Amino acid sequence: MPLPTIFARDEIIMSTAVTLDNIVKRFGTFTAVHPLNLEIEQGSFLTLLGPSGCGKTTTLRMIAGLLDPTEGDILVKGQRVNTVPIHKRNLGIVFQSYALFPHKTIFENVAFGLKYRDVSKAEVEQKVKAAMELVQLPDMGDRYPTQLSGGQQQRIALARAIVIEPDVLLLDEPLSALDANLREDMRVELKNIQEKLGVTTVFVTHDQGEALAMSDNIVVMRDGRIEQVGSPWDVYNRPASEFVAQFLGASNLMDVSVEGAGADKVAIELPHFGKLEVDTTQVPKGNASQKGKLVLRAEKLQLSDAKAKLPAGHVSAKGTVEAVDYLGQSVRYFVHVGDQKLQAINTVGQALFNQGEAAQVHFDPQNCTLLGD
Amino acid sequence: MRGWPLIRAWTILVYTFMFLPVAVVILLAFNANQFGAFPMTGFSLRWFVALWENDAIVRAFQTSLTLGLMTAIISTTLGVLASLALVRYDFPGKNSISTLLIAPILVPEVVLAVALLLFLQMLNIPKSFFLLLMGHVIFTLPFVVLVVQARLVAVKKDYEEAARSLGASPIQAFFQITLPLILPAVMAGGLFAFTISFDDITGTLFWKPGGVETVPTQIFAMLRNSISPEINALGAVMIMLTTGLPLIGIGVARWSASRRNK
Ligand SMILES: Nc1ncnc2c1ncn2[C@@H]1O[C@H](COP(=O)(O)OP(=O)(O)OP(=O)(O)O)[C@@H](O)[C@H]1O
Ligand SMILES: [Mg+2]
Repeated sequence: MPLPTIFARDEIIMSTAVTLDNIVKRFGTFTAVHPLNLEIEQGSFLTLLGPSGCGKTTTLRMIAGLLDPTEGDILVKGQRVNTVPIHKRNLGIVFQSYALFPHKTIFENVAFGLKYRDVSKAEVEQKVKAAMELVQLPDMGDRYPTQLSGGQQQRIALARAIVIEPDVLLLDEPLSALDANLREDMRVELKNIQEKLGVTTVFVTHDQGEALAMSDNIVVMRDGRIEQVGSPWDVYNRPASEFVAQFLGASNLMDVSVEGAGADKVAIELPHFGKLEVDTTQVPKGNASQKGKLVLRAEKLQLSDAKAKLPAGHVSAKGTVEAVDYLGQSVRYFVHVGDQKLQAINTVGQALFNQGEAAQVHFDPQNCTLLGD
Repeated sequence: MRGWPLIRAWTILVYTFMFLPVAVVILLAFNANQFGAFPMTGFSLRWFVALWENDAIVRAFQTSLTLGLMTAIISTTLGVLASLALVRYDFPGKNSISTLLIAPILVPEVVLAVALLLFLQMLNIPKSFFLLLMGHVIFTLPFVVLVVQARLVAVKKDYEEAARSLGASPIQAFFQITLPLILPAVMAGGLFAFTISFDDITGTLFWKPGGVETVPTQIFAMLRNSISPEINALGAVMIMLTTGLPLIGIGVARWSASRRNK
C-alpha cells in the first residue's frame, strides 16, 4: 500500500471535530463561562465534569446552538457555526428529561429527525429498526413514551439522537434520572454504542465515577473556567490543582518545601516523612516553587505495624488512628501524623487497625503529585 | 355536623334560583299556548318553526354565528402567538404587555364599550362590522391568553429544542410538537371566545353599526315591543348552543387523551 494514503487517513482520524475558541457567556452582568478554549478530537468521548453551577450545561448548549456565545467562535469540523441555526447543525442531543414527544409513537419519535433529511421511506424503516436494535428495544415501535420505563425512554432518546448520524452527540446528565443499578448498566452500554458508532461525544455530568469510567478526556470545570483537561488517569493521578484533587475522590494535601529541582527530579522535604524525590512528570505546572502542596490519593496511603518492613522506595511516618470507617471492601482511616490529619483507604485484606492504635503510615513518592503554591 | 342540612338547603335554594328561570324558558319554548306563559297547554314545536320563518331572527343568527366564528379564529390565533411570545421569549416591556392583554377582563365591559366608541368617534371612524369584530376580539383575547399560557408553561421547552436539534425549523417544530401539545387549551380558548362573543350584548349594543343585529341584540329589541313566545324558543336554542359546544369540546379532549394513554 502506498504511504500517502495511510497518511491521509490518519489525518482524518486525528482531526478536530469541535473547537471552542475563546467562548464567553454572560447572562446580564453575570459571567457563566469565562474565555474558554477547547478542542474535541474526532470520534472521542469528552466529559465536562464539575460541581453544580460551574457552566457545564451552558457550554454544552452553546455547542448545540441553543445558546449564543457572548464572545468567541464555535467551529464544527473547521466551519464556524455561530450563526448556523440549531436545525442545520446536525447534532444529536439527549436531554436529561429525555424529551420524547408524548403525542408520537416510539417509531415516530425515532424517525422524527429523518423527516427533515433526504431519506426514502424504506430507508427510514430500516434506519429506525437498526437504531432501536442498537439500544436493544426493537419491539417498542407502536408504544407511546408514557408506556415505557425511565430506562427504556432513555434508550429511545439515544436512538432518536443517533439515527440521524450526527456530527456530534451531546448528552446533558442523561443518566441522572435513573436509579443506581440501571445507571451503571447504561454507562457501559452508552460507552459501547459510542465506540461502535465512533461518534464524537460531549457528555455532561457532575458524577466523577461516570466521568472516569466513560471518557477519553475529562474537562474539569469550576466557576465557568477549565481547571484541567486530561485523560481519566491524568485528572485522577496528576491533578493540576487543589480543586481537581479534592473534587475527584479523596485526597491528602500536605504542605512541603522544595529543596532543589533537577532536570528530571525534584527534591522535597515533607514534615514527619522526611526527604523524598519526585519526577518532574509529577509536577503538572512545570516549575515547582519554594513552597508547594503534595497531593496523595487516600488509596495510596497505607497503614502497617510499626515493626513491619516497608516496601521498597516508600517513605513513612508514625501516626495514630483517630477514626475508622468500614466501607465494605475497604476501610477508611483518619490518621493523625503530628498535627497533620490524613486519610487512608486500605483494602480489608490488609492488617486492620482500631481507633486509638498507633500505626506506621507510608506511601510511594511515585504516586503523588506536587502542586506549586 | 349539625350545620350541614342548613347548608345543603341553602345550596339547593341558590342553584334553584339560578337555574329555574333557565328551565322555565326551555319548558315554555315547547308550550303550545300562544302567550308564552303558564299554564302549559300542550307540547308543540310551533315557536321553533316561527323562529325559522322570522327573517330578522335568522339574519341575526347568521350574524352572530359569523361574528362568533371569526372572533374565535382571530382571538385564538392572536392569543396563541401572544402566549408563545410571553412564555417562550424575553423582551423589554414583557410585563406591561402581559397586563395590557389581560386588562379587558378587569375593566367593566360598559367602560370598555364606551371608551372604544368614544375613541372611534374622536377619530371619525364610522361603525362597521369589522370594528364590532375587533371589539369582540379585544375582550375575548384575555381568556384565550390565560388558558393557552397556563398550558404552554407546563409544556417543557425541551420538546421544542429536541425537535429543533433533529432538524425541524422553528415553524415546523411549532406545528409538529408545540401545537399538538397545547391543542386542548387552544380548543378551549377558541370555544370560550366563541361563546363569549355569541352571548355578548353590552359591547355589541355600543359597537354594532345600524341595521346589524346579533341574536342577543335582536332578543333585546323584541323584548321592547312584546314578550313573544318566540323569544323562549330563541333562548332555548342559545342555551343549547352555548352549553352544548363546550360539552362537545370536553368530550373531544377526553377522547383524544384516552387514545394516547390507552
Ligand atoms: N438563563 C440564565 N440566566 C441567568 N443565569 C443563568 C442562566 N442559565 C444559567 N445561568 C447561570 O450560569 C451558571 C452556570 O449554569 P449551568 O446551568 O451551566 O451550570 P451546570 O454546570 O450545568 O450546573 P448543574 O450541574 O447544576 O446542571 C449558574 O450559576 C447559573 O445560575
Ligand atoms: Mg446542568
